[in-house]
Amino acid sequence: MNSFDIIGPVMVGPSSSHTAGAAKIGIISRKLLGTPVRKADIFFHGSFLATGKGHGTDKALIAGLLGFPVDDPRIPDSFRYAEEAGLEYHLSGIDLGDVHPNSVKLLLTGDEGKSIEVVAASVGGGAIRVTELDGLPANFSGDYPTLVVNNLDQPGHVTEITSMLGHKSINIATMQLHRSSKGGKAVIVLECDQEVPADAVRWLSRLEGILKVIYLGLADDAQP
Amino acid sequence: MYQSFQEIINIEKSTGSSFWEIVRDNDCTEMDLTKEEAFRRMQAMYEAMKSADASYDASLSSASGLVGGDGEKIAGARRNGSLLCGSFLGLIMEKAVKMGESNACMKRIVAAPTAGSCGVVPAVFLALEEEKGYPADQMVKALYVSAGIGGIIAQRASISGAAGGCQAEIGAASAMAAGGVAFLLGCDGETIAHAAALAMKNLLGLACDPVAGLVEVPCVKRNVMGAVNALTSADLANAGVRSRIPPDEVFDAMRSIGKALPEELKETGKGGLAATPTGLAFKESIRGF
Repeated sequence: MNSFDIIGPVMVGPSSSHTAGAAKIGIISRKLLGTPVRKADIFFHGSFLATGKGHGTDKALIAGLLGFPVDDPRIPDSFRYAEEAGLEYHLSGIDLGDVHPNSVKLLLTGDEGKSIEVVAASVGGGAIRVTELDGLPANFSGDYPTLVVNNLDQPGHVTEITSMLGHKSINIATMQLHRSSKGGKAVIVLECDQEVPADAVRWLSRLEGILKVIYLGLADDAQP
Repeated sequence: MYQSFQEIINIEKSTGSSFWEIVRDNDCTEMDLTKEEAFRRMQAMYEAMKSADASYDASLSSASGLVGGDGEKIAGARRNGSLLCGSFLGLIMEKAVKMGESNACMKRIVAAPTAGSCGVVPAVFLALEEEKGYPADQMVKALYVSAGIGGIIAQRASISGAAGGCQAEIGAASAMAAGGVAFLLGCDGETIAHAAALAMKNLLGLACDPVAGLVEVPCVKRNVMGAVNALTSADLANAGVRSRIPPDEVFDAMRSIGKALPEELKETGKGGLAATPTGLAFKESIRGF
């Protein structure tokens, strides 16, 4: 913790969890998709559903999907900007079960047929956790360079990834492994202390048994 | 960040560094910043508070329609001299409400420590700078003092209404502002700690019971109380009044009270003012998704 966790963030109100956190979920989800968002189905859960309208949670989330930062004065008018940008969205409620009360599920479609399914929670003070990605569990904040690898559940993939990172002098901060079933689809999530170069991500995505690689860098892709 | 006032006071005594420098130096280590960079970052926060204050728009109202335009009413009363509190306290009242309203109306603010309590610290600081002529650099240092106090509260207790009730939001902001003001008055770390503790003691146990779960009622107007309480607490401490319970123990009490508060009074919108017939009627009138 540092002083700017206390004095800060600079943000558009009214709520760090329900507004700034929602915008950040949008920003991270957009980065995970990797292209501008064309279509978004958004399902609000719990406290997001109960009080989101009054907190501008919907507007903040759409603003985030457009790439607006959490202190962007355009947040209150994000619906209009979405129309201009050709982002089609649908907002509704859902019961996601026993998850954080400030949770939301997003089904996003981008360019080149890309799509992604994200469940994320706003956990307080504007911080967030991505809790599910493409139907598999995950747990990362978006505050570190993050590598998400979908692969077949077979031996060797963890070694391939960690050796590559070691070779590039990238330190792993946290690492999670999940699978749908034995021999089925698996996901490896790595939060790193350094950025992973684009060529390394490309190399990884071409390996046998690797289905999809998503890289979440810290570089600011905010829209002017 | 430091976990106790005593740690900071000890460092102050052994090194001769000021409270704000001790907090800043800790940031330099944690964030890998030079002293100048750390100072400039805090300066940017202060500038953001100033521009948020300046961009108040009395014509706006919040999503629920419950909040908006009150800051202008106080400004009017201050201009025509009808405030018993006088022009200086009146300016603090005005700025506190305006910032709270700006937050509720989706304007850009600085969370300090939260969005719901974002009016307390800037109302006190900006009014002091404008009316008493403190140099801008001094204000940034005072903001570092406030940040250090908030850090202690976050670690000893909480700065989240959902975890600790409103004492953790308006209460924390008030303690932070009180310590900052004590610094501006030239107080040492010991006195700064007592200013913060005196402020918090007045707000221990404050419920977080927002109508319809929104950061509007009673949050916006509580910023006024937090700001004024900060000023009186700093004056008490500077005059030599001491908290009979040591500052670190006051914030330990805050933690235990926060834990003991029922869920209904911790930002769930289910108890207190939120559960009144009028509060419930407002909730009904706000459409969901």
